Parts: sequence; structure tokens; C-alpha cells
Amino acid sequence: MAGLILRRLIQAVVLIKCVLIFVFLLVHLSGDPVRIMMPDDSTEEDIAIVRHEMGLDKPLFTQYVIFFKNVALHGDFGESFEHGESALKVVLEHLPATVELATTAFLLSIFIGLPLGCLAALKENTVYDKSLMVGAVLGQAVPDFWFGLMMILFFSVKLNWLPPFGYGNWDHIVMPAITASLFHLARLARLMRSEMIEVLRQDYILTARSKGLSENVVLFKHALKNSAIPIVTVLGIDLALTLGGTVITETVFAWPGVGRLTVAAIHNRDYPIVQATVFLLASIFVIINMLVDILYTYLDPRIQYR
Amino acid sequence: MKDDRAQTAAFDELQDDLPEPHWSVRMLRSLGQQKSAQLGVAILALVVFAALFAPLISPMDPDSQSLTRVMKPPLWEGEGHVFVLGTDHLGRDLFSRLIYGARISLIVGLSATVMAGSLGLMLGLLAGYYGGKIDYLIMRLVDFVLSFPFVLLALAAIGILGPSLWLIVTLISLRQWTIYARIVRGNVLSLREQEYIIASRSIGGSNLRIITRHILPNVIAPVIIIGSLYLGRLIVIEAGLSFLGLGVPPPTPTWGGLLAEGRSYLYVSWWIVTFPGLAITLTVLGSNLVGDWLRDVLDPRLRTR
Repeated sequence: MAGLILRRLIQAVVLIKCVLIFVFLLVHLSGDPVRIMMPDDSTEEDIAIVRHEMGLDKPLFTQYVIFFKNVALHGDFGESFEHGESALKVVLEHLPATVELATTAFLLSIFIGLPLGCLAALKENTVYDKSLMVGAVLGQAVPDFWFGLMMILFFSVKLNWLPPFGYGNWDHIVMPAITASLFHLARLARLMRSEMIEVLRQDYILTARSKGLSENVVLFKHALKNSAIPIVTVLGIDLALTLGGTVITETVFAWPGVGRLTVAAIHNRDYPIVQATVFLLASIFVIINMLVDILYTYLDPRIQYR
Repeated sequence: MKDDRAQTAAFDELQDDLPEPHWSVRMLRSLGQQKSAQLGVAILALVVFAALFAPLISPMDPDSQSLTRVMKPPLWEGEGHVFVLGTDHLGRDLFSRLIYGARISLIVGLSATVMAGSLGLMLGLLAGYYGGKIDYLIMRLVDFVLSFPFVLLALAAIGILGPSLWLIVTLISLRQWTIYARIVRGNVLSLREQEYIIASRSIGGSNLRIITRHILPNVIAPVIIIGSLYLGRLIVIEAGLSFLGLGVPPPTPTWGGLLAEGRSYLYVSWWIVTFPGLAITLTVLGSNLVGDWLRDVLDPRLRTR
């Protein structure tokens, strides 16, 4: 176990380093970063001065070493052009809102998706099951950003029940959380249903029932537990995806999180912010994946990690 | 009466002995039975038709603007004009723009599918057939690609390199191929040990011949199924990028772009955001239903996807 954890840690460090190289190269791949950052009417001298000030006239590898040292030792991605502060600081300030949205959405999809899927499995082939599955199929087909806009149209414009955008009160998070969880909720419900149906057909369920165990014990102790393992894997991936994927939801609802910050920074060519957010979110993604892998081998020892 | 039943039973037995009908027969047969498959095929056919014949069926030029007909509501709200689904903030006919928008969605979805499918097919074949170091390398590459949050990296790359159709297609393919590679590799691993492959090798069939003649035809079905199952998701990714202003740049009408434009006028004209989204949802639904149907007919083992 210790060996496994160590190996996964080393892997995670290598992956995070790759992200760092990616965000470094990204700015250079775009051609001349100075020219892109500067206004169109700046003179050649201005460009040369800025290039020298930013150290962009040094060889590429030297620049990478400097960039790497700054990030690794000081968490320094440079100053945001837009905010005039350390880019990492700006990004960290926006992180709590994203975490709040992602965890709410994640919890929503667990606490609604899983019970719905279970119920559908227990009432297989009834009207309830069928309508639920039609709902789930639709839920996976609807693009989340459009669903969000439709909710705004209905609940904010028509009924005036919920604020269309913003951050602060409890009612601000309702629509964003539903939007961000929609796809995962639908998929989770479908997966839970098929896993549960599969498990309920197994011999040990028949045995448990014929022993005279109550239906509740059969369902909760035998069926639910055995259908949990594939669900846990998907959940882990989902959590990582939701955290990295709130970009669109945040844009729709003007949610002041990292995703919206990234999109705005991309449009404003505020590269230090783009580099810092991509690096931070990708690192979180890598770390969650690592934790899920470790947890998974712990839960199911039959899986040998290569 | 009794005779009849005996005959039917005998017929059933006979049927059991018959080899499984050809895949095309099975497909048509199940298409006749499954309503959802019919719906999916109908929707997709409609979208493909719209994309192919956009200039013929769209009632107006999708780019022609006019300030005298800005934000007209759909026809049935009765203001006595000719715009079926209304007009946008520049007076362009929404219905025509929707029809043309189908083109970008399909081009991106289909070309990314073909690109990712062929790359994944090739690498999956190599990994599964040759095994050893090649397999190890390719599978580590798959793990590597899957360790990153794709949408975020794509967003940053498009934002900095500048949005273009082929960049989007390439980026999507760079991630999607892993799915095909895994499935194809798994299939090839089990095929490799089949007797007819061993037989072919023992009579001196070259690797190239074995792969193209015996293995390839057997892994085409899963590739097609995965392609159709993921087509919808690719269309959503493209629309999402356009929505964020990082898709195929305007004035080319894209469904995601139409949504983004309509967003600013949400309070005054509901139709601009409603119809493009409906178009995306329907298309995705159609391709998901077709994907489910192909999977059930061609390879039910892929059900867990």
C-alpha cells in the first residue's frame, strides 16, 4: 500500500510538471507573446522595451527555468494585467466560489441521482421507471448552458422567483447547482439503475431472500453495497470533472468563480491569470484522480495497480 | 390445429440452427421494432438534410441584416411578417441561421469522430496485436491523456492560439482517440488468440494480411458504435466552445454562437436563445438514440458505456 501511494504521488508530480510545461509553452506557441499582449498601435521600441522587461528576449529554455523557479518557489505566475495583483492571488480569491458550486452540484447529483436510479431499478419496467429513464436520456442530451438559460427565462424572467445571476444568498446557487449537476445526475441515475438491476439478478440476492431476510436488509445490506464499487469510480471522475467543468455554468450565471475568471482572462489576453488558473485546476484534477485511484484499490483489493 | 403447433415448433427449432442473420438484416429488423431508434434516425436524417441542402431550404439569406426588422417574434405570435422563428438583434432570420448552423455542428462532430476514430483504431490495433513494449507505450499515452481536464486545456489553447474550425477538431480528436484505442485493443487481444488467426499465421499469412483481412473487419463495429455514442457529446462541446466565444468565429452561424448572442436579449426576446438550444438538444438526442440502437444490435457487450 505504501509503495502504491508513493508511486501515485510521483506520477502526480510528473503530471503536474507537464501541466506547467503546457501553460509555459502555450504562451510561446501563440507566436510572439509580446505583440499579442501589446495594443496594436504600439511602436517597435515599446515592444522591445517590454520584451526586455519581461525577460522574453532570453533563450526559451532559460525562460522556462526562470518560470519554473518562480512558480515552484514563490507560486509566482507574474502580475495580472487586468487586476494589477499577483495572478495566483487573484485566482485563489476566486477558488472558494467554484468549490462551493462544484460541491453543491456534486452532492445534488449523488443525493438525487442515486435514489432515483435505485427506485427505477426496484420498479423496473413500470411507468415510473420508464418516465425516469426518458428523463435521464433527455438530461444527458440537453446542453447544460442552454438548460441554465431556459431556467433563467422561466424562473427569473417569467416567474421572478430566483435571481438570474450573482452570488451571495442561498437562492443564488439554486439554478447554477442544478445546471452544473444535470449531466452527471442523469448519468448517475442510469448507471445506478443498471448496476442495481444486475445485482438484484444475482444468486446471493435470491439466497438472502429465501433465508427470509427482510426486504430492507436485502436491499440495503446486500444489493446496495455490491452495486457501489462501479459507482464510486464514476463518482470520483465526476467530482474531478465538475470542478474543472464549471466554466460554462459560471459564465451563464455570472458566478464569480475560477471558470468565469479564466474565460474573461482568455478574452482579455491576461496570460498570467490563464496560466495560473489552468495550472491550479489541472493540478486539482490530477490530485483528485490520484486520491480516487488510491481509494479504489483500498476498497477493492482485487484490483492490482500496475 | 395440433399439426400447426407441431409445425411451428419444428420451424422454431430450424430457426435456432440457422446462423445469425447478416448485421444489416438485424439492423433493419430491430429498427422496425424500436420506436426510439426510429425517432433517432428520423432526427439525424432531418439534421443532415438541413445541413446538406441549407441554401435550398432556408427561406432567407442567413447573413442579411436589416434594422427595420430587429427582434421580431416567431410567426405564431402574429405580427404579420414572414420570419418563421423570428429574427435576432440584427434582424437576421433565425430559422435560416439555425439551418446553416447545423453545418458547423455536423462538420465538427463528424470530422472529429473520423479523426479520433482512425487514430484510435490504428493505435489500438498496434497495441493489441503487437503487445509488449508498443502496447505498454500506447496504453501509458492513453493514461497520460486522460489525466488532464480536457475542456480546460482546450479552452486555454483555443483562447491563445485563436479559434478556428480545424484547431477545435484537432483538440477534440487528441482526447477522443483514447476511447477507441482502449476498446479496439481489448477486442484485438481476444481476437489474436482465435483459431482462424493462428491458422492464417501458420500458413504463412503476413502480419499486414492478418490485421487487414482478419482483425480489422472484426473491430470496425465497436468503432462505429463508439463514434455514434459520442457524436452528441462532441456536438455539445463544440456548441459550448462557441457559446464561450471560442468556437468557429462569427459571422458564421453556429448553434452555440446563436445562444451566446441571444443571451444578452434574454429579457426581451425569448426565441433567440430557445430555438438554437432546442436544435442542439434534438440533434444530440437523435445521435444518442442511434448510438444506443447500433450498440444493441451490433455489440451488446458495450452496454456499460
